[in-house]
Amino acid sequence: MKKTLAVAALMSVAFAGAAQARDQIRIVGSSTVFPFATAVAEEFGKTTSFKTPVIESTGSGGGLKLFCAGVGEQHPDITNASRRIKKSEVETCAKNGISEVTEVKVGYDGIVLSNSNEAPEIDLTKEQIFLALAKTVPSKDGKSLVDNFYSTWSEIDPSLPDVKIEVLGPPPTSGTRDAFTELVLEEACDAFPAIAALKDSNKDQHKAVCAGVREDGAYVEAGENDNLIVQKLEANHDALGIFGFSFLDQNGDKLQGSKIEGVSPTFEAISAGDYPVSRSLYFYVKNAHVGTIPGMKEYLAEFTSDKAFGDEGYLADRGLIPMDAAEREAVRNAAMNLSPLSM
Amino acid sequence: MTDMASLMEDRAAAKVISDKMHKPVDWDSPKIARNIKKRYAAERRFKIYGLSAIGVALLALFVLGFSIVSKGYSAFFQTYIQLEVHFDPAEIDPDRTGDPAVIGKANFDGLIKQSLRERFPEVTSRRDRRDLYGIVSGGASYDLRERVMENPNLIGQTRKIWLISGDDFDMLNKGYIDAEVDESSRRLNDQEIGWYNALVEDGAVEKQFHARFFTSGDSREPELAGIWGAAVGSFYTLLVTLALSFPIGVLAAVYLEEFAPKNRFTTIVEVNINNLAAVPSIVFGLLGLEVYLNVMHLPRSAPVVGGLTLALMTLPTIIIASRAAIKAVPPSIRQAALGLGASPVQTVTHHVLPLAMPGILTGTIIGMAQALGETAPLLMIGMVAFIVDIPGGALDPATVLPVQIYLWADSPERAFVEKTSAAIMVLLAFLILMNGLAVYLRKKFERKW
Repeated sequence: MKKTLAVAALMSVAFAGAAQARDQIRIVGSSTVFPFATAVAEEFGKTTSFKTPVIESTGSGGGLKLFCAGVGEQHPDITNASRRIKKSEVETCAKNGISEVTEVKVGYDGIVLSNSNEAPEIDLTKEQIFLALAKTVPSKDGKSLVDNFYSTWSEIDPSLPDVKIEVLGPPPTSGTRDAFTELVLEEACDAFPAIAALKDSNKDQHKAVCAGVREDGAYVEAGENDNLIVQKLEANHDALGIFGFSFLDQNGDKLQGSKIEGVSPTFEAISAGDYPVSRSLYFYVKNAHVGTIPGMKEYLAEFTSDKAFGDEGYLADRGLIPMDAAEREAVRNAAMNLSPLSM
Repeated sequence: MTDMASLMEDRAAAKVISDKMHKPVDWDSPKIARNIKKRYAAERRFKIYGLSAIGVALLALFVLGFSIVSKGYSAFFQTYIQLEVHFDPAEIDPDRTGDPAVIGKANFDGLIKQSLRERFPEVTSRRDRRDLYGIVSGGASYDLRERVMENPNLIGQTRKIWLISGDDFDMLNKGYIDAEVDESSRRLNDQEIGWYNALVEDGAVEKQFHARFFTSGDSREPELAGIWGAAVGSFYTLLVTLALSFPIGVLAAVYLEEFAPKNRFTTIVEVNINNLAAVPSIVFGLLGLEVYLNVMHLPRSAPVVGGLTLALMTLPTIIIASRAAIKAVPPSIRQAALGLGASPVQTVTHHVLPLAMPGILTGTIIGMAQALGETAPLLMIGMVAFIVDIPGGALDPATVLPVQIYLWADSPERAFVEKTSAAIMVLLAFLILMNGLAVYLRKKFERKW
């Protein structure tokens, strides 16, 4: 009897405070937007009477899948994405009764190629990066396609250092990797006539060649943890790493960003659009939940305020590259009016 | 007599033959000496192999422990900056109402910025001032508010107060930021380091024990982040796990061991329990996602779902350990109880279970310790999340200690590196505590038959 009571007491402790209806915003999505969204959420929780939103880091694709599963409090209200929502995802959303979604652009994120600052600075073109990392490259005479045979940077271009090609980067599940493939490899590949010719003859093969990353050890999949890549670069001066700009920003005393197309990945260069490898970050809001879940409008107001995503906002301190004032104003208006996305 | 004499003769002859056949071993011969030497050497080598195996294991443990402790111990201390704060009545409570609601809304952040401006009056440009405000953490204003709420007499006074510093200055004070490298490549510029040095000269920089690390929830500001939220989440999760897996596990073990007939069905059950113990934990996460979230519509990220999922994972461990413990109770105990007229259920509840309990508890605690360190299944059910509020129950969103470690390890801010190691130390402390409890229970209640 005593034991039954004790168990009952323990269980009631465990279930006390059971929430009836959800009074807390739930956010899912990209791990790239995660550090920014959490900063806004924390500030929002501290400065308003609403509860701090719960933010899960599920990746852009996983987040949109959860987001588009339906309307109702068991589904998330907002999803973060390090790429734009796809047409197919909009259709899934519509099929599940989510007809109105507001798109909010947050700012830009640069993807950097970086090495230890005790090694010489490297200046690469996109084509050189392609030749170093692609699975299939044009042969020496440029006529056929062969497995990547370059083992040192100097083989690609004599002006580059004579060290082994060793690049640490994220695995294919990562949004950073998607963006890197899209912005560097896929853009560079058509510069080679042998690959460009494929575009008309064999579309599938063209795509595979452009997006394929070599698997012979020169590209090391270092996991989703960017801090780990930073530590490895510190230890290995010959290696290069691929990660988001905020990690370079935090570790400027240990690492240097490599120039791409002659432009260094600096805050100014990325926000001006000069640095070629940058992408836009977004989040998407379920309009049907505004008004049902408390605090949605206020969260949008906090995120789109100048003290958050503005030039000198706290998100810029964390490595987000802000948009210019006019664009911010437009985004803010769209967000506050909940103008639905149309594609 | 003749018989006797002939017998003696025979024996003497037999002895001669046997002496010839079994020559006494010459223990001093070089061949034997070599042989013995070889055997001793083999013995010594074997000992060396064993010792070096232990040595390697200990070295690995030591390196792991050293790297975690050397990186993490500094997180238990936090840099504080002493500033002269004027509790300006005009700012805090202009009408002198003394009403906590009015005081709570006051702009304490402004007071701190005011005192920073007074301490460094030479800083005037907007950009420089922004840098200057970074000396003190954004969380300091909440501390200040609490102080005034507790003691409203402070209003109107000027006091020297220790305020929690920003993470970059904390890193500088702990020696993680090298002031020697080129200005452009460090987080703090020369001017900021100048301010810091001026404060150090005044004796206004101090490292204090960082109690907040043990009392607050997660935060994006490293200096404000704590593990209490994750610890409470782990507690609720384990509570649900224990409440579910212990009774089910023990009942299953008792039935299988004491009551179940030995037939093909029970053999299949047994084999499957052993198989279940080897299933990767992520599979249980997928099962939890499908059953608890998609079918039963339990809330995402809630410890109750985490606990239910982890209970599935710990069940086999508990059943296997409990069965071994029940099997170890001598049959004579059962026979004696039955002989004295106890029913089979009485035999089990009065005699077998109490005697098997130390073993069952040891197995349960080890299963719980496994569940405490698990992240993979929780990923699927939404417990890998940024949660600031400390959960008030098993249905509130929560995260757990190993997930907190994972989230911090992935944060860009430099100061989270030491937090990560410190959180690992806390998790290890809990694990050692739980395993210690298991050893203690075993030693205390163990019976030798």
